[in-house]
Amino acid sequence: MTDRTEPVVAPGEGHSPRRSAVVVARDLTAGYGSKDPVWHGANFAFDEGEFIAVLGPNGAGKSTLLRMLLGLLRPRAGTLEVLGAPPRRGSPFIGYVPQARPFDAETAFRGVDLVALGIDGHRWGIALPTRRRRAERARLGEAIEAVGADGYAERRIGELSGGERQRLLLAQALVGRPRLLLLDEPLANLDVGRQATMADLVATVARERAITVVLVAHDLNPLRRVIDRVCYVAGGGVLIGPPEEVVTGPVLSGLYGAPVEVLIDSRGRRFVVGLEEEVFHPHGGESSGHDHLIEGH
Amino acid sequence: MRPSASLLSTASFGGSNRFSWNLVSDFRQMWSYAFFQHGFEAGTVVAIVGGVIGYFVVLRRTAFAGHALSHIGFAGAAGAVVLGVDPIYGLLVFCLGAGAVIGALGQRLASRDTVIGIVLAFSLGLGALFLSLYNGNDANEAVSILFGEILGVSGSDVILTLVIGIVALASVAVMYRPLLFASVDEAVAEARRVPVRALSIAFMLALGLAVAVAVQVVGVLLIFALLVTPAATAARVTASPGPAIAVSVAVALGATWLGLAVSWYSNYPVSFFITTIAFGAYVLVRLVPWVLALFNRAADTAPA
Repeated sequence: MTDRTEPVVAPGEGHSPRRSAVVVARDLTAGYGSKDPVWHGANFAFDEGEFIAVLGPNGAGKSTLLRMLLGLLRPRAGTLEVLGAPPRRGSPFIGYVPQARPFDAETAFRGVDLVALGIDGHRWGIALPTRRRRAERARLGEAIEAVGADGYAERRIGELSGGERQRLLLAQALVGRPRLLLLDEPLANLDVGRQATMADLVATVARERAITVVLVAHDLNPLRRVIDRVCYVAGGGVLIGPPEEVVTGPVLSGLYGAPVEVLIDSRGRRFVVGLEEEVFHPHGGESSGHDHLIEGH
Repeated sequence: MRPSASLLSTASFGGSNRFSWNLVSDFRQMWSYAFFQHGFEAGTVVAIVGGVIGYFVVLRRTAFAGHALSHIGFAGAAGAVVLGVDPIYGLLVFCLGAGAVIGALGQRLASRDTVIGIVLAFSLGLGALFLSLYNGNDANEAVSILFGEILGVSGSDVILTLVIGIVALASVAVMYRPLLFASVDEAVAEARRVPVRALSIAFMLALGLAVAVAVQVVGVLLIFALLVTPAATAARVTASPGPAIAVSVAVALGATWLGLAVSWYSNYPVSFFITTIAFGAYVLVRLVPWVLALFNRAADTAPA
């Protein structure tokens, strides 16, 4: 590790208790086994109903942050609280949408079956036709409607497009009535138009339900209109704040420990450039040199 | 299956029966043979278990693992023959052991196919050695393990098959929803506290049980006819899990019963008929939409 991995606190950002915080991290360090930490010394708080975009280069530890929030990875050091308690695997208050993976076209499994897993997929045995189940089936329909998937929920998951599967996975997460929604690159593999639509959809359903959203993305721009703050993970540190304060040349240069420029175009879109071979990857550096342009492809 | 090479090792009735149009009396005649009864009973259990487990085999894309289990089972069956034990016990021990190991490797291990292939080839070789230790190079026993010998199933084998079948089905029923969850959405299932790894092992053990009993009916080499073909056929017919499992069982039962009945009138092995009927069902469901589309196009372009 070098001195460049010192945490940088964005202007105007502390971690003092604000309007009820859903996630609070204090001097949090993330790491696997005995390897070097992925990032360390992170201080941040996500507020209720807030929409946070988690940005940063490949392998910087964005998914690691989600794994810690899900209770799948313990903090190496420091503390992390989700809804006032340490993260617990299987919490019903957390909805999780992983990256959509493709299925065989002939898999006998429909979109609606995928959403139903969000209700009772974790329960043992075969579902019995009880009153509780009928009530849950009604919630199923509501969630599918909320994401606009009525038209294709009865089709096989293997026949759906990436965007359609992503919406059904969102419905699966919503059907459990979460207070915190974690999405891992839901915009990956979508074209630019669908990225903005998906981002708007997430923002709409989350706002209606006062859900806090933590969305991992590669590109800030399709999210600009809907997010409250960005959480930038890079160079072994984590930094949080409004996009116009965090995604700037000086702040990102400090975070990466390397000269980074942020170009802003006439429509206010931000493009991060100038990440050459000197980018520091504390956990091994397998992706160094690939992140010349990490936003705005 | 009996450890000694039986008279029925070609697994056919010998072609002495003629089709009479009186199916009831024909069936009565078939039923008067104990070996037919036993074959029918064991075949029924195996078809139900194979149809149900097959749905998950297709869903989880573990067809190759099922194939490997049967080949590893071959070594077990051959080893049992050497020891003078009923081959089903050798099948059980080897299929369960291999199932536990493959399950523990997990669904995500990328190199699994290669590792399985290597172990599979070694097991077949081991089986060949055991068979030659048994009686030089008598091919009968090998043929009955490789291609099945449903008409060589004994009364005690039927009881054992039933017990194994019930255990396999009960375990699938208990883990039904979490297994579906872990099969289609492992990442979320894990986050929702579904024991993904334990389920992977438990499913492989259930698959091991299914393979062990199915080898009696269709043999090591034809195992897919009851483990994959019916489920793949069902997936073409219906899109939802429950009905797909029901159709899969129906196809497996149909192939087994019809195969047994047809072999009564012919000179050819039961395995051939079972696999052919199952294959025919799959080809049929693949052809029907294609033919329908062809007709529709013809109707659209035909002059009014």
